Amino acid sequence: MNAQAKDNRRLLVRLGIAAVAMFGFGFALVPFYEAICQVTGLRNILQPDVVENTQVDPTRQLTIELDANTHDLAWRFRPTQNTVDVHPGQLVEITYEVTNTRDVPITGQAVPSYGPQLAGDYFKKLNCFCFEKQTLAAGETRVMPVLFVVDPKLPNDVNTITLSYTFFEVEGTQAQKTAPGGRS
Amino acid sequence: MSAVTPDQVHDDHHHHGPTGLMRWITTTNHKDIGTMYLIFSFIMFLSGGVMALTIRAELFQPGMQIVQPEFFNQLTTMHGLVMVFGAIMPAFVGFANWMLPLMIGASDMAFARMNNWSFWLLPVAAILLIGSFFVPGGATAAGWTLYAPLSVQMGMGMDLTIFAVHIMGISSIMGAINIVVTVLNMRAPGMTMMKMPLFCWTWLITAYLLIAVMPVLAGAVTMILTDRHFGTSFFNAAGGGDPVLYQHVFWFFGHPEVYIMILPAFGIVSEIIPTFARKPLFGYASMVYATASIAILSFVVWAHHMFTTGMPAATQLFFMYATMLIAVPTGVKVFNWVATMWRGSMTFETPMLWATGFIFVFTMGGFTGLICAIAPIDIQVQDTYYVVAHFHYVLVAGSLFALFAGAYYWLPKWTGVMYSEFIGKLHFWCSIIFFNITFFPMHFLGLAGMPRRIPDYALQFADFNALASIGAFGFGLSQLIFIVAVVKCVRGDGKKAAASPWEDAQGLEWTVPSPAPHHTFEIPPVVK
Repeated sequence: MNAQAKDNRRLLVRLGIAAVAMFGFGFALVPFYEAICQVTGLRNILQPDVVENTQVDPTRQLTIELDANTHDLAWRFRPTQNTVDVHPGQLVEITYEVTNTRDVPITGQAVPSYGPQLAGDYFKKLNCFCFEKQTLAAGETRVMPVLFVVDPKLPNDVNTITLSYTFFEVEGTQAQKTAPGGRS
Repeated sequence: MSAVTPDQVHDDHHHHGPTGLMRWITTTNHKDIGTMYLIFSFIMFLSGGVMALTIRAELFQPGMQIVQPEFFNQLTTMHGLVMVFGAIMPAFVGFANWMLPLMIGASDMAFARMNNWSFWLLPVAAILLIGSFFVPGGATAAGWTLYAPLSVQMGMGMDLTIFAVHIMGISSIMGAINIVVTVLNMRAPGMTMMKMPLFCWTWLITAYLLIAVMPVLAGAVTMILTDRHFGTSFFNAAGGGDPVLYQHVFWFFGHPEVYIMILPAFGIVSEIIPTFARKPLFGYASMVYATASIAILSFVVWAHHMFTTGMPAATQLFFMYATMLIAVPTGVKVFNWVATMWRGSMTFETPMLWATGFIFVFTMGGFTGLICAIAPIDIQVQDTYYVVAHFHYVLVAGSLFALFAGAYYWLPKWTGVMYSEFIGKLHFWCSIIFFNITFFPMHFLGLAGMPRRIPDYALQFADFNALASIGAFGFGLSQLIFIVAVVKCVRGDGKKAAASPWEDAQGLEWTVPSPAPHHTFEIPPVVK
């Protein structure tokens, strides 16, 4: 009977370790998911785009409208120009200006979106402040660049692209929260 | 005790421990614990049923009549959680506790004290879960899948649910480890793996699934908890997270979970059909391999629950074909059951009625599952009543009907008294008729585009909804017949059951007297 109890205990320990390992596996899915998204290009909003075609098409002119928003964040955030006219294939730099109006340092992350939505596939950003978190000291103002090329393969019926950024406050700092249970 | 075989005689002076309530709290006996599991799961089944009937009462007519929309959402969420984690899963664990040691000739489960603990965690979890209705903001209303971002935003009812899921998860994992060790290490001499009753096989494989995926669910809800309170951003897009990630992690647990709820049902049906067809099970080995293949495939199909989240066509195709592949081993099982019946000397006592009804209705649910597996169709029917009809056909007509089949089959062994055949048959016919009245119209509602989890609906859905609600109340009330059948047996009101009350039942459980004595197989039987 003792040998039996010993066998049972050994199997119990092994299965227990398997259960704990699977708990860890659940968390391992997080970086795995991010890696898959990056490799397949499904959700690589934090990576610079690769530009294959830099042939400027001077016969076509596009209007890029620039928009800036904040979400529950006491930052003043605006583009330094409202619109910019570009040719497809042309390398263009625009700038945004952001000011932390609070008296504490805050970290934020900007997320871009495009109108029309399909333009997002043709809007190639080589450099963007949205590729990383931005930490602003109390009252700091920062001018941040976006370097982009619009792919000449953009469908012909698109003449205007709206580039819209929204700044969200990032995990951990949460300086914004005044009362628990607030909108978050 | 004239029917006692020699090796049981000395077990007659049982009950050395405390009596009364303390006997049940401190018991380490697998039969006592199995009984408690079954009673607990039936109570949870009734409370989940009351929630379902409140939902159906609200949906009887278009417009808002009985409950507020927020409360309706809480009801659909809690109905799912209570039925999955409170009713179906503990009921199968109850069957495992009662029957596995009897079937393999073991004296008890491998870890008797841990067994007691894994049961007594459940009432605690149930109190947390049901109690969350009464906290400010009410219970969680994020759906039983607890999808982010809703679950990250809910009130404190969500926290109680997370803790309840943690506790139930620990309970299931301990129960599963106990079952694996019991089946692998405690079999009687001569009981080789391929001689085990199929119920033992299906539970062994289910237990491995539980050990593999319950921790993943625990991880997923832990991530929600830290997103809610500790500033992490696993699922918070603003912090670099992704709500779709939650769906992946959840369904990595969720799809094996649906097989956790159906494989033991396959096992019960595979015990019952040979008994009443008076033939050995057709294709025993292929049944074992089919069960194992279903379990392995269940790990690579999860994303068919999320075809509309926007994944590449290649991924959709992979998950679509992998899902359809599961129909192969499942088909093997259905054909084996039918082949077992083929040219058998069949009689239709209550357990056999339930088992046959199970095959018929479960197969219908399987076919709608195949339809949902086709990605372009799934995008059409996703989150409609078609899906609700599909999973109730496999979970109610599948798992629940098999549970009733098993309950009637082993009730004479548990209580020592034959149930009333008339009451059992009445229960079956009422259940299967009202079940179809309830859920069959939902296919049409779903195809016509009625969304699920909404307390109100457009006028053109009114007739089918009224029909479904009438069926639901009929189905709910039919379950009270089961209480009558069981209470009659427990009170000894009925024919005394012999050690083997069925004409041609095979298996070690029929070699011990009915009711099964408190201690059985203290000296292991020898299987030839």
